[in-house]
Amino acid sequence: MLRTLGWVALLLVLLALPFYIGPGLLSAGQYVMIGAVGAVGLTLVIGQAGQLSLAHAFFLLVGGTTYAVLAGETEQAGAEFIYGLSLPPSIALIGAVVVTGLFGLAFAPVAGRLSGIYLGLATLALVFLGFYLGQALPMLTGGASSGRVPEPFALFGFEFSNEGYLSVLGLPMRRAERLWYLFLVLTVIAFLLARGAVKSRVGRAWRAVRDNETAAGVMGVNVLRVKAGAFAVSAAYGGLAGVMFVLWLGLLKPDESEFGSFGLNVSIAFLAMVIIGGMGSIPGAVIGALVVFGTPQILTVFASQLGLGSALGGFSPVVISLYVYGIAVIVVVLFEPGGLAAIGRRLSTAASRRTSRPDTNATGATEHRSAPPGKDET
Amino acid sequence: MGTFFQLVVNGLGKGAVYALLALGFVIIFKATEVINFAHGSLVLVGGYITVITVDDLGFVLAAALGIAAAGVAALLIERLLISRARNADDFALALLTIGVDVVIVEDVFRRLGTTVPYLGAPWDAAPITVAGVTLFRTQLVAMIVGLVLISAFFLAFKFTNWGIAMRAQAENREAAALMGIRSSRVTATAWLVAGALAGVAVLFIVTQDFSGTGLSRSTHAIAFAAFPAAVIGGLDSTAGAVVGGIVVGLTQALTEVYVSIPFAKVAVFLVMLLVLVIKPSGLFGTRELKRV
Repeated sequence: MLRTLGWVALLLVLLALPFYIGPGLLSAGQYVMIGAVGAVGLTLVIGQAGQLSLAHAFFLLVGGTTYAVLAGETEQAGAEFIYGLSLPPSIALIGAVVVTGLFGLAFAPVAGRLSGIYLGLATLALVFLGFYLGQALPMLTGGASSGRVPEPFALFGFEFSNEGYLSVLGLPMRRAERLWYLFLVLTVIAFLLARGAVKSRVGRAWRAVRDNETAAGVMGVNVLRVKAGAFAVSAAYGGLAGVMFVLWLGLLKPDESEFGSFGLNVSIAFLAMVIIGGMGSIPGAVIGALVVFGTPQILTVFASQLGLGSALGGFSPVVISLYVYGIAVIVVVLFEPGGLAAIGRRLSTAASRRTSRPDTNATGATEHRSAPPGKDET
Repeated sequence: MGTFFQLVVNGLGKGAVYALLALGFVIIFKATEVINFAHGSLVLVGGYITVITVDDLGFVLAAALGIAAAGVAALLIERLLISRARNADDFALALLTIGVDVVIVEDVFRRLGTTVPYLGAPWDAAPITVAGVTLFRTQLVAMIVGLVLISAFFLAFKFTNWGIAMRAQAENREAAALMGIRSSRVTATAWLVAGALAGVAVLFIVTQDFSGTGLSRSTHAIAFAAFPAAVIGGLDSTAGAVVGGIVVGLTQALTEVYVSIPFAKVAVFLVMLLVLVIKPSGLFGTRELKRV
């Protein structure tokens, strides 16, 4: 009961935020939501199904590109001829999620043969493949030098851009506010679907495969299919995050070097979110996104407000945030392998013990069991 | 024919460098069962120390200092972090090294600022001509150094007490400990050696002949090719690391010219993927058996 109230309160706060914070922080919040959607997908495949994936940046690229191609027009943009299908943006969004999921599924033969670390190393190949294809297929991606501008998202003719004038309760709804609510809806849907999967038969099969493949097989779980499914679901989440990313940036631009918006550094950032939040924990993944994606954005906003732009001596907001999450990953692995989720669980156990409230949780005993290192459930 | 010969020499030279990196990677994996994602940052530490000392000390001393620094950095990672996380499984330890990598990489680049320095290796940008074919001197020196170091390593691995202790521990940690092998000393030296090898490798990577860029994020990305090298050979096979390194070097050198430079970057990973699909534990790796 208390828990539900907490979620409702959080949702109300998030709905009310655009009335209180400026476009800079709103944009930071949208970036965090992109991270949250991606991290939720990654925590499912890593924490729940026990398959290491470093390919998340690749799936972001696939999702973003598919959206741009499905929604965009065929045209001559500068030096490049780019291809598009001019579909309605809402269909393009769904299409992008489905196509990215299929890409994840296409990797299944590899995912089925390998497990754990070896699989993680194999998925590295996808990131580099994406890096190459992004440059080699300018027809789809717009090329690494200029990229292509994705069609703004629209639903029933209502565009999520600065187009038209709309105001709600005296607050003008510009692009930043519109995208905020769009992203909030997408994040909530992604969150609830993931929770549903974890608490259902699907999630039990994932955990069975994670804990012991052989035993899972003996119990009648189709290990190959479960692994492939987990990979596809995680890829689809990555695809949605990719669509959100290109909408947020207003540009799809494949990387020119290995260190970019779809590079290994991004895969690692998503991995850091999952580790910091606690592997397998969905709320944890969201908190992880807040730490990893929120820190640089929020610091940037405050640094420019305080006029600290150049006075930081190399400690730019991005660099600081990399220190923060690099160190956070080390600390979590050394001292609390369950991540922030485990700390939260322990706190809530302590609180409920103090008030000696009977446990009325739907998931029952598993919720309060102390999880083995690095492996916890919801 | 001349071009092909040139490419093969180029590829073997690069391969020797990747072999040094992959060998260090495999040594660490054998000793501690850690997939060391921080290997690229060891390369950067070595390169950075060499860069900042080369003007005062001259190349040889600076290089020695860089190699030592990379070794010490690896030793510190093992002593301060890995050995303290005894309860963590190998999965968590791999993630730990990712965190270490992020921090070290950022710190090195923050210190470097906007400069992209070359190490100033004496063999750089001085091509030599053999029988009418022009060859990169860096790659030739790398081949010789690689050959010497790798042979030295294998001799040590086979005949010295350290090598025997290492192999014993890789075979069965508990039995080795019961036989009086000090496990912490073995793992510490393994990391030290691996770090030093990374420190040697960087002397060849950050040259105009090898990568064409100074110490930068590209160096880190190039060092990343040690992964496919180690995986192709098999993560627990030292000989495999050498073979994997050469495969990676040749693949890169040949595809760079016959396909395209961007494709060369992905080609090594595709080769790795192919090997993994056909032989999930690499060409020479021990197959993991599952006991029920």
